[in-house]
Amino acid sequence: MGLNKMMNRRTGLKLTAAFLAALTIAGCSSNDKPQVANPQQTATPGSERDFILNVGDRVHFIVDQSTLTPQAMDILRKQAAWLRQYPNVTIQIEGHADERGTREYNIALSARRATSTHRFLLAQGIAGSRMSTIAYGKERPVALCDAENCWNQNRRAVTVITGGAVPG
Amino acid sequence: MLGLKQMFNMKCNNIRYLKIRFQALWEPETFKGSYGVIKRYFSNLAAPLLVLLVVFATFSQPANALLEIDVTQGRVKPLPIAIPDFLGSNESAIKYGHDIAGIIGNDLLSSGLFQPLPQNSYIEQFSSFSQQPRFGDWRTIQAQALVTGQIVMQPDGRVRAEFRLWDVFAQQQMTGLQFVTTPKNWRRIGHLISDTIYKALTGEDGYFDTRIVFISEKGPKNKRIKRLAIMDQDGFNLRYLTNGRSLVLTPRFSPTRQEITYMSYAGGKPRVYLFNLQTGQRETVGVFPNMSFSPRFGPSGRRVIMSLQNGANSNIYMLDLQTRGTRQLTNTNAIDTAPSFSPDGRNIVFESDREGHQQIYVMSSNGSNPRRISFGKGRYSTPVWSPRGDLIAFTKMSKGRFSIGVMRPDGSGERILTSGYHNEGPTWAPNGRVVMFFRESRGANGGPKLYSVDITGYNERQIKTPGFASDPAWSPLLN
Repeated sequence: MGLNKMMNRRTGLKLTAAFLAALTIAGCSSNDKPQVANPQQTATPGSERDFILNVGDRVHFIVDQSTLTPQAMDILRKQAAWLRQYPNVTIQIEGHADERGTREYNIALSARRATSTHRFLLAQGIAGSRMSTIAYGKERPVALCDAENCWNQNRRAVTVITGGAVPG
Repeated sequence: MLGLKQMFNMKCNNIRYLKIRFQALWEPETFKGSYGVIKRYFSNLAAPLLVLLVVFATFSQPANALLEIDVTQGRVKPLPIAIPDFLGSNESAIKYGHDIAGIIGNDLLSSGLFQPLPQNSYIEQFSSFSQQPRFGDWRTIQAQALVTGQIVMQPDGRVRAEFRLWDVFAQQQMTGLQFVTTPKNWRRIGHLISDTIYKALTGEDGYFDTRIVFISEKGPKNKRIKRLAIMDQDGFNLRYLTNGRSLVLTPRFSPTRQEITYMSYAGGKPRVYLFNLQTGQRETVGVFPNMSFSPRFGPSGRRVIMSLQNGANSNIYMLDLQTRGTRQLTNTNAIDTAPSFSPDGRNIVFESDREGHQQIYVMSSNGSNPRRISFGKGRYSTPVWSPRGDLIAFTKMSKGRFSIGVMRPDGSGERILTSGYHNEGPTWAPNGRVVMFFRESRGANGGPKLYSVDITGYNERQIKTPGFASDPAWSPLLN
């Protein structure tokens, strides 16, 4: 979290989600599936890859919180703009928590995070019928070290495209 | 075979206890007399079980010698006990005799209250089950209790085990029973005998003829395969109940039936399910608009309490398994979860972040009068009411450490049993003396393992599982 904030201040919130994700990979091992290998690579507009690369598929949260940070809202506004541009796309918002909590509470906490994200996108004009949510608690970490620089990557809500994207 | 009435009379007339006296940590000691023992035997006989038992006539006259060990301080000097291999008249009976003596020794050792003496120190060698022990030989090696037994392979193919428990100093038999079962169930004979010995010597019910249901975990941390699994309390007879294709979590045993309730992500929707261990049948407890999770049976086994999520909030609901009707018990803009009934069914303990962070609350079982009971530093989670009713076990998170502790139902007397990087999710042995939980090890290749600890904080042991394991739930005594 500290790292992200610092970087954001320096670059005046101009960091792309892609760059943040690249930082994550450098910081600790991450095996999450749709990650950015090379930001220079092009993606077909309207594709899942386009969404991940050029918009950013995830937002992160403060410990024990489900309120959206300014950075998170920025990413979600971009997500909403992209979703408005491609109205056939449907999504599932996955809520996640870090490992430093108990199992059942973290499931509920991650449901809260998915709900915050869902509500924000609703307010941005995305139809509820295009969205669903699911809560995974601490069961699906992406960063595996025992330190805050991994835990802050695991406290996340990921917008997963479930249909309607352009192939490629 | 003796009638039940006769059995009862005989036991009452002949038994004296060599006993380990448990003094409850915060309560006057509650020692139960021999009637409790007999009662359980009746219920065993009445149950549709393959195990039968009778009481043997004893050799010696009652004496007044009693051994008492005070475990008020928690740490107890284990009682030295000799368990020679049970005798057998043929090869397979001899093998069962050896293995069953081993099971008994292992069970008693694991309790931390007994010290099985090494067999190579035994002076007397038995050639017949009817032989009266030479007590002097057993005193010489400092045995205070002695178990003798024999195995008979019956013509109908079943295995019969007969055993006697002797008080070495009083030079008398304390109890004697026989169990008959199909070969498939032979390990249970060992556990039933262990429970009988534990009860005779401590005055409390044992917990060896029990099972553990848990989540078996395999694979790297970010791609963990989680399966519902069940095993005997000592780690044997492991069986997987789900194939790992769907994420499953938080299994809990029914207190009255061979049934489990748990959470599964099958079909992409996290929901509470029931699993019937006898038929293998699975079903949801109900279909709700949002996620259902954190289930636990009520004391009668006819109700399930759980959390239902609605947007940002989760509240506690009671579900009647007969009618499938639900009733909302909490209604807060918060996360209310991990509910657990008191054994008398009157109260429910649960966790809530309604005041900002996770804390433990107790309410009446109709949802009224919720009051916070945890006030220590840190967050409190996963409360579980002891089957004895006297304590609530919990996970405590404080200063980056995860601890397992117990407190009284009014929140007083908090006591941490174990503390470290990550301990979570206590479950109670049916006698309320032992708690099992899981402990995560650090690192990208780390994972959870099961541990048990006495409520005094002593005798911590790892429970053997083939891979990683979490979310243990202890069964009631099998019947």
